[in-house]
Amino acid sequence: MTRALSALMAKPWLWSYVGAFAIWLATASYTGGIGSGEVLTAALSFATFSVLVAIGQMYVITLGPGNVDLSIPATMTLAGAVSMKIMDTADPMILPGLAIALGCGAAVGTANYGLIRLLRIPPIIATLSSSFIVLSAAISYSRGIRIKPPPLLADFATAVVFGIPVMAACAALLTAAMSVVLHRTIFGRTVTAIGQNPRAARLAGLPVDRVRFLTYVMCGVFAGLTGYLLSGFSGGAALNMGAEYLLASIAVVVIGGTSVAGGFANLPGLWGAAMLMFLLVTMLNTFGLGAGVRLVLTGAIIIAVIAAASGRPRER
Amino acid sequence: MKGLTVAYLRMALPALSLALLLVAIFWLQPRAMSYVGLNLLLNLALPIAFATIAQMLVITVNDLDLSIGAFVGFVACVGATWLRDDPMLGVAVLAAAIIAYSAVGALIHLRNLPSIVVTLGMSFVWLGLAILVLPTPGGKAPDWLRAAMTFKTPLLPMTLFASAALALVVHVGLMRTAYGAVLRGAGGNPASVQRAGWSLLKVKMTMFALAGFFGVLSGLALVGLTTSGDANIALRYTLLSIAGVILGGGEFTGGRVSPTGAVLGAMTLTLAGSFLSFLRLDPDWQIGAQGAILILVLALRVLISRAEART
Repeated sequence: MTRALSALMAKPWLWSYVGAFAIWLATASYTGGIGSGEVLTAALSFATFSVLVAIGQMYVITLGPGNVDLSIPATMTLAGAVSMKIMDTADPMILPGLAIALGCGAAVGTANYGLIRLLRIPPIIATLSSSFIVLSAAISYSRGIRIKPPPLLADFATAVVFGIPVMAACAALLTAAMSVVLHRTIFGRTVTAIGQNPRAARLAGLPVDRVRFLTYVMCGVFAGLTGYLLSGFSGGAALNMGAEYLLASIAVVVIGGTSVAGGFANLPGLWGAAMLMFLLVTMLNTFGLGAGVRLVLTGAIIIAVIAAASGRPRER
Repeated sequence: MKGLTVAYLRMALPALSLALLLVAIFWLQPRAMSYVGLNLLLNLALPIAFATIAQMLVITVNDLDLSIGAFVGFVACVGATWLRDDPMLGVAVLAAAIIAYSAVGALIHLRNLPSIVVTLGMSFVWLGLAILVLPTPGGKAPDWLRAAMTFKTPLLPMTLFASAALALVVHVGLMRTAYGAVLRGAGGNPASVQRAGWSLLKVKMTMFALAGFFGVLSGLALVGLTTSGDANIALRYTLLSIAGVILGGGEFTGGRVSPTGAVLGAMTLTLAGSFLSFLRLDPDWQIGAQGAILILVLALRVLISRAEART
């Protein structure tokens, strides 16, 4: 029993769930329990989007220091705008639209890795520069017209069964699958190995370049998927719809217990962290605080959670 | 001999790209080639240069500051309100902000936390504080600040002299002094710096405090130019400053940075915006072209590095 408990305590993702639960309790006790179930449903809906972009970001971050994808918001916008325009509110176009959204993501990911590998630009700057170009492409393509999603897609994105959003359930299955990919497949193990020691991984004969390439493409694909679903959820693609997911994707990954130094990742933490971020904002809104105090507390609580969860003495 | 030329080329690349951009601007718009024209073009370069230097100091010790944009906005808000109404309070708040920056450095070091996330959290804190200080855009810069920023120097605009002085001071401090070498060494090989008896904690706190100091200068310069404050005024500085450091020849790890390059990188980024508006480019593609310029300059650097490796 105690061994099971201490094994649980050692899980890096535990703290994000503890934090999320504590915040939910605080909110529920403030409102006297009114609407606390609805809050959880809403939190699951919005957490879905954070988790989906964070899965891709987590794989990229796990590749090691300096690896991060800043083009996620632009990719989401491009994928959302292009797929909405091509589907043009027609239900039969839903699957082709999805393919196009994923294709946009894959294209951006490929371009990103091209810059990183061929021009040897640090990933932060490479993905930042490409995100400017991708965003321009999205602006130019959509011409500021907001096209509604096909009704069937909108229904799917907003459907709730027994208080659980259908989309969140699908995303949970996807998270579980990606967890298996990370821990049980050669691809996932290679990503982790590169993050722990790229030189050793290369000397061991692992296909370092190919795996890094696939990881960036996968991150783009997840961003494309999220852009597609978010457009369906919120009634169309907006040019700024990805903006908040840049910081969210990184924060969720790290609060979830994945090491920023790379080589050490876990997927369950993403859900805890995404719920924590949403519930935190909800709690501060419920308390009726002003925008300034809300932001200060958000920042302070993020830092406190990080300091509690990932603060460990320098290893080696 | 040939290797030497290539090495010089690499060092000169930030200056060359800036010169190239200037020539292109003058060619497109000859009227920019005057005191007033240059002043308009480079007006906003000084705050960006200060922020870039702040970012560079943090990058020197292998960290990254994602809060610098929000911090500059906070300083601008304090500058437009308390610094004018109650100078003592204003100065005290800014000093406290620098101490807070230093404390963030200490926290990152002591708990071995990822700087990206801690500074990300701090960016919310600074933005929130800025909104508390100045809920809606407004306020007014102190007259002395306004006068300092609009001061007309002979021959060339003040921005150029100030930027040159900034580059010189930081270059001497970081590249030419003994403690500067320790500071850079803490990015290059922290373990050996520690074994040599230097406190890494002190190094981190010093670097973050200095970053806070230059962030304060950036915010004050900005509010002196714009005359009023706004919490969101400088959010884009975070990414601009990182890009400026890299454009200027700095690297994310290993303490390899260049103060002169960082200042030139900041000016290049400022001019890139003006260049694109002179090009009469479709507004939709302006921001994309900025990305393309960044990629182009970095690609040039790779070509030069390869030539360097071959010789």
